[in-house]
Amino acid sequence: MKVHVMLILVSALLALGNLSCGKKEEAPTTQETPAAGKTVDPATAGTISGIVKFTGTPPPPVRLRMDADAACARMHAGAVQVREVETDASGGLARVVVYVKEGLEGYTFPPATEAIELDQEGCMYKPRVLAVRTGQPIEILNSDDTTHNIHPIPKVNREWNRSQPPKGEKIVDSFARQEVAIPVKCNIHPWMQAYIAVIAHPYFQVTGESGTFELKNLPPGTYTLEAWHEKLGTTTQQVTLGPNEAKTVEFVFQGS
Amino acid sequence: MHTPYRPRLHRYALATAAATLLLLVAGGLVTSNDAGLSVPDWPLSYGSLFPPMVGGIVYEHSHRVIAALVGLMTIGLAVWLARVEHRTWVRYLAYAALALVVLQGILGGLTVLFYMPRPISIAHATMAQIFFTTVAALALFTSQWWLTAATRPSTKASRRAVQFARLTTLTILAQLILGAAYRHGGLGITPHLLGAGAVLVATSWTNRLVRRADFAVGVVTRLRILLSSLVGTQILLGFGAWWAVVRNQQALQPLPEMVGLTVAHLACGALTLATATLLWLALHRVTMSAESADLRATIGSPALQEGGRR
Repeated sequence: MKVHVMLILVSALLALGNLSCGKKEEAPTTQETPAAGKTVDPATAGTISGIVKFTGTPPPPVRLRMDADAACARMHAGAVQVREVETDASGGLARVVVYVKEGLEGYTFPPATEAIELDQEGCMYKPRVLAVRTGQPIEILNSDDTTHNIHPIPKVNREWNRSQPPKGEKIVDSFARQEVAIPVKCNIHPWMQAYIAVIAHPYFQVTGESGTFELKNLPPGTYTLEAWHEKLGTTTQQVTLGPNEAKTVEFVFQGS
Repeated sequence: MHTPYRPRLHRYALATAAATLLLLVAGGLVTSNDAGLSVPDWPLSYGSLFPPMVGGIVYEHSHRVIAALVGLMTIGLAVWLARVEHRTWVRYLAYAALALVVLQGILGGLTVLFYMPRPISIAHATMAQIFFTTVAALALFTSQWWLTAATRPSTKASRRAVQFARLTTLTILAQLILGAAYRHGGLGITPHLLGAGAVLVATSWTNRLVRRADFAVGVVTRLRILLSSLVGTQILLGFGAWWAVVRNQQALQPLPEMVGLTVAHLACGALTLATATLLWLALHRVTMSAESADLRATIGSPALQEGGRR
């Protein structure tokens, strides 16, 4: 009988040992670095600009319940509402990532070293949609009086999940591979949602309130442009740009 | 050697089973509130035993604390049985329960450290159900009824009832695995719906066979009625949970009705599996034939009350 008791205690101790040694090592990141190729000649470069529009009735704003964390609720005077489809009076659609999806193969670009900020303020991500270059540093701030965890859920990049104490030290990280777009969650506050579009070249923009965008300094060529929206999905267009040409395109997302 | 009835041991086993059911509910709340990764480290929470209890951390850390309590209670149950239990197979079942709870803890940790990989999340959810049933079975094996129940001659009808009860138990287990796979995104809803149909048929058939075999044993009757009631409730909860999950797909955060219905569905599923298992075991217990005299001897009948009372 005593042997059995000893066996139980030994197995319990071994299990405890396993528990404390189970921390996962993070996989090393390998950044996508294309082989040296063509560079853009500014003398022949052109511009593609345009607007992203939404037709139809946008879905109504959704009220967020922040009562799970009193600190979050305290940061807002009234009810907090989110519009997933944000348009201006003329139908210009905000928070759309417009980027060159195809047509830049063979080009190399200097790496982006300037850090881009993603803040957590009022228990919301600011901005909600962010676009960065592959390997570009993203500085994540916590301006709130509460703890957050930042959990990007990529499909082709490395997933991570880190906590950040109230007004804690900034977290700096980057994504190595192109991916449009990576959802980012805070599992402490399930209403918090952001998207990070990671693009391998500098030709992208997130539309502002008016829905407009401008991609400057593009070399002549035929491009597939994609517009990505968190709720409405994607739409693409082909554009051929001649030397020093300026072209205008319009993307339209249809509402229900 | 006869096994005496030990009421305190039996009550302790019941308490462990109740704590395990609470743990299942806590785990369900973690998943439904999308809080599985609200605490990024493990086994500690934010490097401490007392993290800030806000938002999703409330669910995740409470789940960990209750899991630790259940782990300790299971160690206690295994040690207690190792010291006093005469039936070797009951002792081994207690060791198996201990191994399951340790493995379950490790699976839980892996879900955190590897960002909820689907197979591990499904295994964690399934193992929880199996562990709860194991502890419930230990509570049955230490009960006065088990130790003192009279056996009746085995008949063809009673043997069929036992076989179908076993088949029903396995069908429910398979259905719970399908449910866990659906919940964690490993499968669509269709296999789980087909499984619900299979469970309904198996349970109805077992119910019919048990009634026909006329066991006339109070425990068997109560378990039979309870099982049918739970399956009916579970199907209603299942449809409710499905509706809520579909409705929640476009929501910006988990909706209370989705959380409530999915967790109730999960808990009812666990109770259904445990009840089906207990019914099968109870039927097996009362229909043991003369050929299984060896086993009957190890069951411990006639029982002695703790302290030598007969």
